[in-house]
Amino acid sequence: MSEPILCVEGLRVAFDHPLGKVQAVDDVGFALSPGERFGLAGESGSGKSTLALAILRMIKPPGRIAAGEVWLAGQRLADLDDEGIRAVRLAGIALVPQGSMNSLNPVLRIGRQIADTLADHGLRLGRTEQERRIKALLADVGLPQTVSRMYPHELSGGMKQRACIAIAISLRPKVIIADEPTSALDVVVQRQVMATLARVQQDLGAAVILIGHDMGLMAQFVDRLAVMYAGRLVEVAPIAEIITKPRHPYTRALIAALPSLERRGALAGIPGLAPLLRDLPPGCAFHPRCPQATDRCRIEKPMARDIAGAQVACHVA
Amino acid sequence: MWRDPVVPLIEAVDVTKRFAGGLGREGTLALAGLSLAIHAEKPSIIAVVGESGSGKTTLARLLLGLAEPSRGEIRYRGTNLRALDRDGRRAFRHDVQAVFQDPYGVYNPFYRIDHVLTTPLRRFRLAGSRAEARQLIGEALRSVGLQPEEILGRFPHQRVMVARALLLQPKLIVADEPVSMVDASLRATILGSLRELTDEHGISVLYITHDLATAYQVSDAILVLYRAHLVEAGDVGRVVTAPRHPYTQLLVSAIPRAHLAREWLAQEEDSRRNGVTPTAAGCCFAERCPLAMPACVAGPPGLYRIQPRRAVACVQYQDHPTLPRGNPGEVLCD
Repeated sequence: MSEPILCVEGLRVAFDHPLGKVQAVDDVGFALSPGERFGLAGESGSGKSTLALAILRMIKPPGRIAAGEVWLAGQRLADLDDEGIRAVRLAGIALVPQGSMNSLNPVLRIGRQIADTLADHGLRLGRTEQERRIKALLADVGLPQTVSRMYPHELSGGMKQRACIAIAISLRPKVIIADEPTSALDVVVQRQVMATLARVQQDLGAAVILIGHDMGLMAQFVDRLAVMYAGRLVEVAPIAEIITKPRHPYTRALIAALPSLERRGALAGIPGLAPLLRDLPPGCAFHPRCPQATDRCRIEKPMARDIAGAQVACHVA
Repeated sequence: MWRDPVVPLIEAVDVTKRFAGGLGREGTLALAGLSLAIHAEKPSIIAVVGESGSGKTTLARLLLGLAEPSRGEIRYRGTNLRALDRDGRRAFRHDVQAVFQDPYGVYNPFYRIDHVLTTPLRRFRLAGSRAEARQLIGEALRSVGLQPEEILGRFPHQRVMVARALLLQPKLIVADEPVSMVDASLRATILGSLRELTDEHGISVLYITHDLATAYQVSDAILVLYRAHLVEAGDVGRVVTAPRHPYTQLLVSAIPRAHLAREWLAQEEDSRRNGVTPTAAGCCFAERCPLAMPACVAGPPGLYRIQPRRAVACVQYQDHPTLPRGNPGEVLCD
């Protein structure tokens, strides 16, 4: 295996809250190879988006990074000053945040918004060169040149999301983090956007972290999947392993909760509710909802261990 | 197959809804001549599936009396909604209940949560006393899997809305995207309680959704809409497992499956341009259809009954018996 492009080690994000400390990301570690597509799945509130922000050092008070390190291409991000980390954002790691297609500036043309991004990251280009770059970026994401002169309201949801991807790849990042990039889109458009993301990612050789909860989308897109529950990674394995042999009971529940198109009456929920992060149950956080929980699960927090190429944090797996 | 002449509980008769355009702009066609009858004596779940802009929410609003059709009419037990007298209107409000997409938006923040449960009881004078009201609320909450004490804490809003609908013992619940804002874990529970409403309480459900997979899981019959037009209708099992309209086929193939075979992205080809110039008169799907031919832009496709329980609006099937356009009729019934 090649040198990892992104390394996350023992990352913890804590929020100080009057009712006690909330551990939103708890001892998370993983490594990404260049060009790898990595998925991060879990229910809302599991810490997926917080983890993405923590990687980019974008956690705002009262949240803070309590421990852990992030390395990008051999560079420890904690060593960078504010200017340095600003340079890493977009140029090193690009984030397509959740709902980003609605954060385009409604009164600026798309071309201008791309130009602003380039200028903001210190790229001083001549007018012709800038035009050329914008056109190339729009072509990369499959948008017609005319989009450059259009305002966000003139674009459909899928086109806006592609415009966001164009901005994300404008500085040729090594890692693209896409947080639920298609959650507001119809299925047909979702596939177009994901195909666009796959293509630009391959062209750039960039690694992708796809955040979401749709196990079908994960199965079709990522190479490796991490399943997150209550701030911890409970299973990390190649996607084929996850689909054929999910080891953690929570992973199994997530897959079972996906409505099947083959078998009717096979719709299963996950019993109970996701736990409150400030009031986690002792032992394994999933034990109150787990059909296989034993006494040990109620007392002892399971540590991740290797089972045939998968890392699983479960006593009974 | 001739059905008994019992008047449907609620019926859309060739309804068209067009939203006016402002300042000389062209209006938007939201629903184009759709007919649909829901019979009270045969409770079932009918799914209405389509992408955004397909007209599915417009249909829900029309059936609930929240919007008025531009043409055609909505009838409650045979009477046009507009012509209902006070008692008729009250009976309609009682018989037809709604569950909306955003479970958080329906609560008035100035009231406690139980307000949404006690108000309908009072309005329709369903409980003789406070104790009886409490008992009815308790039963309704328990039947959606909630404990009455639970609802003051961290409660699943959408299940309370289902309980509220159940409390009134309506004949029809119009559920507009009831699970699009809830997590996978809760989704199954809520859909399961919709199924129970039908199977155990005899309440029909019109399940409006963009999600073909959940429609397949809970409903009996399905209508697929595309840009205001009915494209395919019938038994949900047939329509989803073997779609016949090119649009339904596209919709089914676009759902990412949790399979080892990764054909999903490879199948993506830009289907938005096939060289066909759409016409207002022609098939609504012509410009994206891989099978488009001259006949598709010449005029609107008829609705053809290709199987006893399936109708498709596509010229490919013009050798089959024709149904009135936009009216699947008994194709939706067992």
